Amino acid sequence: MNRKWKVSNIYLIIVFFILYAPIFYLIYYSFNSGGKMHHFENFTLDWYKEVLQNVRLLIIVLNTIVIALLSAAISTIIGVFGALAIYSVKTRRVKNTLLSLNNVLLVSPDVIIGASFLILFTIVGIQLGFISVLLSHIAFSVPIVVLMVLPKLQEMSPTLIDAARDLGASQWNVITKVVIPYITPGIFAGFFMALTYSLDDFAVTFFVTGNGFSTLSVEIYSMARQGISLTINALSTLIFLLTILLVIGYYFITLRYNRPGRLGGRK
Amino acid sequence: MKSNIRALYFLPYVLWILLFVVVPILLIIYYSFFNIEGTFSFENYEKFFTPVYLKMALSSFWYAFLITAFSLLIAYPTALLLTKTKHKQLWLLLIILPMWINLLLKAYAFLGIFGTYGIANHFLELIGVGAKQILFTDFSFVFVSVYIFVPFMILPIFNALEKLNPTLVDAAKDLGASPWITFRRVIFPLTLDGVKSGCQAVFIPALSLFMITRLIAGNRVITLGTAIEQHFLVTQNWGMGATIAVFLIIAMVIIMFLTGNRK
Repeated sequence: MNRKWKVSNIYLIIVFFILYAPIFYLIYYSFNSGGKMHHFENFTLDWYKEVLQNVRLLIIVLNTIVIALLSAAISTIIGVFGALAIYSVKTRRVKNTLLSLNNVLLVSPDVIIGASFLILFTIVGIQLGFISVLLSHIAFSVPIVVLMVLPKLQEMSPTLIDAARDLGASQWNVITKVVIPYITPGIFAGFFMALTYSLDDFAVTFFVTGNGFSTLSVEIYSMARQGISLTINALSTLIFLLTILLVIGYYFITLRYNRPGRLGGRK
Repeated sequence: MKSNIRALYFLPYVLWILLFVVVPILLIIYYSFFNIEGTFSFENYEKFFTPVYLKMALSSFWYAFLITAFSLLIAYPTALLLTKTKHKQLWLLLIILPMWINLLLKAYAFLGIFGTYGIANHFLELIGVGAKQILFTDFSFVFVSVYIFVPFMILPIFNALEKLNPTLVDAAKDLGASPWITFRRVIFPLTLDGVKSGCQAVFIPALSLFMITRLIAGNRVITLGTAIEQHFLVTQNWGMGATIAVFLIIAMVIIMFLTGNRK
């Protein structure tokens, strides 16, 4: 029994090691003054300085953040509307059709989304750049918001709405004062997911970004295609830290809101 | 009054569905019927069924299959062992964390690790095998892809295992089943849904991701995704790119049909 426990633990440790080793390898060499991802010479922060002093890169980071926040905000609004729409449909077939259409972009490979949006923007005549990237990020973030909000709506007891109506609330009041507060955790989760989708996306952006405009992942790709540069390592380290912060933040948000007993929100 | 508000939230959403879900798919299909000169023809489809493209498609499927198989082989035991650890949720979080790191960065890390002087070659020299060209080979492509996709396979399997009623396993043991029989006859069949959705989450991206092939495999491996990117962004032959995209969509639908029995 003891031996078995050991073997299984060793297996898990190996898996975790392989999962994390490349990331730490990357981070480790970001401090290498040698300029290569091998033969660690001396400790240096030069690559971080280079990242922080690179104006072009900082503008790209700013672009990425603006796109992420804007697209997450707009897609959250559309997604909440979408969830309300799907929730309000009573016919089963219509509901399922809407849900399937909603999920198309979630399961579609990025290349197809990117290619089809490229065709779309070209035909409509939208110049490739900030607007086209923003529109496509909104487009592929909407379905995940819907999927995060819809379960909250479905677990909401319909008696809440009935009670509000009985007490004379208008349709508008029911939505703003009863429904929206109830589904707030779902809305936050959706916003967060949309944010990470946007920050993480490479393939779709790569297709619809023109020459003048670039986001961080597109920039990293073009840098990485030219070979190794420890600036990317330094940049990755910073992104890695930010990612951890985001994940921890998200974890605590869900933990806080999913506490049992809030508003009788029994699952 | 009521219909007003309903229209308010139906309108943007339905508009989104039409503009960004329905129209793009139709556009892809529409464009696949135009050759590079912009005239209507079935040329692209004829071209797709020539040996060059068929071979490309087949090898793309073969690689995707290999990647999925290896991911499953690594992910299932991991998920199974994870459910038996004490601080499950913490371990799970640690598995999920790498999923949130941009895959470009993960692929980039392997440029260093598999490079000529990288740690992998260093290790090979140390054990006496000698330095080898690892980067830009089929092996590096499959390895890096498996590395990137394994968490996506672990997660659904872990969830399926968590849902499994432990009394069933106890019952199998009480009835005299060996651990292997218990696994094969009870645990695995009952977690098949998780395996299926894991395979779906790995196979489709493995067919279509073009950045891993570009960065890690040089131009040795061409997947359907790489070919689409090539046609749209490099050779500007949108019609042919759209045709390959149509086949990728068909493949995707078939895979989802095969692996999806949830709901």
